[in-house]
Amino acid sequence: MSIKRLRLLGLLPTWVTIGVLMIGPLLIMAAVSLMEANVYGGVHLRFDVSSYVQILFDKNLFDETEFNPAYLIIILRSFMLALGATGLALLIGFPAAYYIARQPDHRKNLLVFLITIPFWTNLLVRTFAWVIILGRGGFMDQVGSFLNIIGPDESINLMYTNTAILIGLVYSYLPLMVLPLYASMEKMDVRLLEAGADLYANRYELIRRIIVPLTMPGIIGGSILVFVPCLGAFIAPDLLGGGKKLMLGSLVQLQFATSRNWPFGAAIAMMLLAIVVIALMVNARAARRHAVYEQTGAEATHG
Amino acid sequence: MASPHRKSKFRPIWDFPGFGGLSVGFFAFLYVPILVLVAYSFNGSKFAMVWSEFSWRWYLKLLENDDIHSAAINSLIVAFFAAPAATIMATLAALVMVRGGPFRSRAFTAGLITLPLMVPEIVTAVATLIFFALLNINLGLINIILAHTVFCIPFAYMPIRAALEAMDPGLEVAAQDLYADRWDAFRYVTLPLLTPGIMSGFMLAFVISIDDFIITLMVAGAGSTTLPVYIYSMIRTGVTPEVNAVSTLLLAVSVILVSVYWLLSSANRKGEAIG
Repeated sequence: MSIKRLRLLGLLPTWVTIGVLMIGPLLIMAAVSLMEANVYGGVHLRFDVSSYVQILFDKNLFDETEFNPAYLIIILRSFMLALGATGLALLIGFPAAYYIARQPDHRKNLLVFLITIPFWTNLLVRTFAWVIILGRGGFMDQVGSFLNIIGPDESINLMYTNTAILIGLVYSYLPLMVLPLYASMEKMDVRLLEAGADLYANRYELIRRIIVPLTMPGIIGGSILVFVPCLGAFIAPDLLGGGKKLMLGSLVQLQFATSRNWPFGAAIAMMLLAIVVIALMVNARAARRHAVYEQTGAEATHG
Repeated sequence: MASPHRKSKFRPIWDFPGFGGLSVGFFAFLYVPILVLVAYSFNGSKFAMVWSEFSWRWYLKLLENDDIHSAAINSLIVAFFAAPAATIMATLAALVMVRGGPFRSRAFTAGLITLPLMVPEIVTAVATLIFFALLNINLGLINIILAHTVFCIPFAYMPIRAALEAMDPGLEVAAQDLYADRWDAFRYVTLPLLTPGIMSGFMLAFVISIDDFIITLMVAGAGSTTLPVYIYSMIRTGVTPEVNAVSTLLLAVSVILVSVYWLLSSANRKGEAIG
């Protein structure tokens, strides 16, 4: 068999599977977002952009189009929570990633493995653990009353708040922040820090002027890996927000589970996809820039 | 080179004070919730969140719960079809990508394989739901297996590609020098050496399939509930400590499989260091 035939044979199953079961559905979803909703679920085969209009506008009693902020609030909440979770994950993950990167090899491998374990366990179960912790009379209330911070029947009561969702989001995606951070910190040349210190930089300046610029690909990569799934999160807002504080992911799910407005759900999903594409473009651009930066830096030292 | 000299009075400039403590906090944040969940699964109280005494009762109750059994069996059926299917495809694709020489659709294929990782899960979930619904494909568990196979491919692909890249192509050349034809070289040299990588890929795909919730929730019809979807319905309809027990078991399965994967791949690393 020729190498061409072998290649085709090897790649075809993957092409067909992902093509038919992933690209196909995404294209159909794009088409559905441009169709008219059927009130019983599904769609009428008629071109209609009203699903996209519906994101910002509503028809009032007189059939006039007017601005409706209801969904805009959900979009803004999603962005705020996703940004907040990304920032917090970066803040928590940065020192840990740096510390692990400076350990001896065998310990490094073990610690990285410990970071990946939560990633491989069930997200629903991990989020549910926070229901036990934050819920009324739960673990945190019991610890609180044991430490006499709150009375025996009082509750810290964070459930169904934005704070609870934020905690859940950070917890869900923290490993995705730390792994790329760690990867770029491990590659960093420690001698640069020594050189910086010789030039009278203090530790804060070392972080700001050496570590952060050199680990920028990890920072951006990790931030995107956290930001994107946070934006489309469904489990954390559902379990910890009580399904009342909707985010984009839960809004999409709702359109298919109860509201039965497929085109609108598809339109929101398309919006999420567009954000992912933008995020990936930002990432690619940052990586390119960093490559140039490293190259010119190398030329500066070797040339 | 970068080992911290704990006993030395000098703190190397790259050793930041406080980062060690923050790292301990970081790991506590990752693991305390999981440990709380596990501890509460042994809680004798009728209420999921209020601690009373140590007891196995919720695990014993699981043994009697037929709904959980059938959900767990569904999960296993799905994973035992989706993970091998994904692993076979990923292995074939990885062989072509690493050993196939230069070809035009390489970047396209690489993008295609990572696509399921890039698209937010909820988007994949509703797109697949629309796809099955509009084409009227209603095959129960087979729908779920098809959906799982897709997102298992990249997880199976990554360790297999890494194992292939780490393998010395000279070995195959040597085999061919010793009059093995291309198929024999593959069958007796490449494949045995690649087996740990393929096993790793299979295990990751299996874990991802067993744990998937959102896509399964949207795609599953009545009567084809998997364990995570069943756990979700338990949480929604009122939390009993039984949820903690079944959740703990699901956690244990993932942790065991991933640990085996890790041991396999670190054995591989050691083998390389020696060989």
